[in-house]
Amino acid sequence: MKKEEVPQDDGALGKVTKEICYATDKDGHYTTELSNGWDVKKSALDAAWNDIDKRVDAARQKVMNGEASPILFFMEYRLMDLSLLADYTGYWKWQIKRHMTPQSFNKLSAKQLDKYAGAFNVSVSDLKSLTVHES
Amino acid sequence: MKVDFEHRQSAHCESGVITSLLKNSGVEQITEPLAFGIGAGLFYVYIPFIKINNGPAIAFRTFPGLIFKRTCKALGIPIVRKKFSSKEKAEAFLQETLNAGKPAGCQVGVYYLSYFPREYRFHFNAHNLIVFGKEGDDYLISDPIMEHPTKLTSYELERVRFAKGALAPKGQIYFPADGDHRIDDERMRKAIISGIKMNVNQMLRIPGWFAGTKGIDYTAKHIRKWRDKLGQEKAGLYLAQLVRMQEEIGTGGGGFRYIYAAFLQQAHEYVKRDEVLALSEKFTEAGDLWRTSAVQAAGIYKGRLGSQADFDQMADYLVEIAQIETAAFKALNNIKW
Repeated sequence: MKKEEVPQDDGALGKVTKEICYATDKDGHYTTELSNGWDVKKSALDAAWNDIDKRVDAARQKVMNGEASPILFFMEYRLMDLSLLADYTGYWKWQIKRHMTPQSFNKLSAKQLDKYAGAFNVSVSDLKSLTVHES
Repeated sequence: MKVDFEHRQSAHCESGVITSLLKNSGVEQITEPLAFGIGAGLFYVYIPFIKINNGPAIAFRTFPGLIFKRTCKALGIPIVRKKFSSKEKAEAFLQETLNAGKPAGCQVGVYYLSYFPREYRFHFNAHNLIVFGKEGDDYLISDPIMEHPTKLTSYELERVRFAKGALAPKGQIYFPADGDHRIDDERMRKAIISGIKMNVNQMLRIPGWFAGTKGIDYTAKHIRKWRDKLGQEKAGLYLAQLVRMQEEIGTGGGGFRYIYAAFLQQAHEYVKRDEVLALSEKFTEAGDLWRTSAVQAAGIYKGRLGSQADFDQMADYLVEIAQIETAAFKALNNIKW
């Protein structure tokens, strides 16, 4: 890539920092150039987030319908999967799956709820009421 | 308290951290591309049956931690590297290191890095940064991706150092061991050649059909089937994942291929072989083609393109890239140093 072709589109990271790219100058020598972002890259990230938003909405709907517990919602909201949640809580995947049913969730002890709240970085009351505070 | 350290921005976190740490300990010649090449950083792997963020696992560079290990080994620089089971011990060791006047490389998870924009915060545990001091409760952080140094509170740093999941950092800390590490150009030359040889092995001779340059071909085969097998939407998401991995934070454009091309140009000054310059251009070509393929992928995941012919075109780009990279590594392999 030539130096003048280094993309300067708006990107998600552009709000925080420019990125260094290796590119060639007019003599073909490699040098670095700062990039503001690339729309190809930005749209790839947008596609991923679009998918995440859909999953989070679907999970929220399931909880509302009484088909799942808030654990499913927060797992999606925190971009986790079962194995990652298992790593954070110390529970087995099959246990978490069970806790994802409303019946089992309602029987969780304060200590168990604390573990989940900690893994999701929310308070226990927010966990129960499906409340999210961060942007 | 602050140790003597100069922040440098780089294109890739691991090679950036290594470059800063080595420069700081006396290796004046080191640059990011040299560290990347000596550490044999260029790689490709596509593992369809492992899912990351609901998409296939794809990597464009070697496994986290290896670049540092290999670069220091090739240059003959002893390193200190530690993991911890206790958060308290991890922080105490960091303090000790800083008290001894040394900046410390740390492996961290990205999800809770407060200075990153939310859009970039996934559960990716192989990010690298340098801690170079503490003011009050704030650690001074040199993140190679950022233009300027930044800060994390002690709680925030602990949380990212002890992120869970795949490649969990376990408080990993690393830095060159004590000593004067000035090295001569002959040593650089030898390290460069060993790095190139290692990278040739890694791209041409690694076992398994999904890794090295044959892995790129293998991906192309899969892409041709994605539209029918996964449906338009999911196939688009998979392509978006491919582009995101290729364009990972900071690598830009053809990503690691350009860094490798820059490495070969800089290597030329030490190895004095003109073939190396010509091959640098081949990696630029590969990088450009990766970029073109990303534009094609974007057409698909943005919904502008979507026919089977568009997927085939995408796959064709990858086949061409595999050919260029295979030929380039074979040519590197044939050089009689």
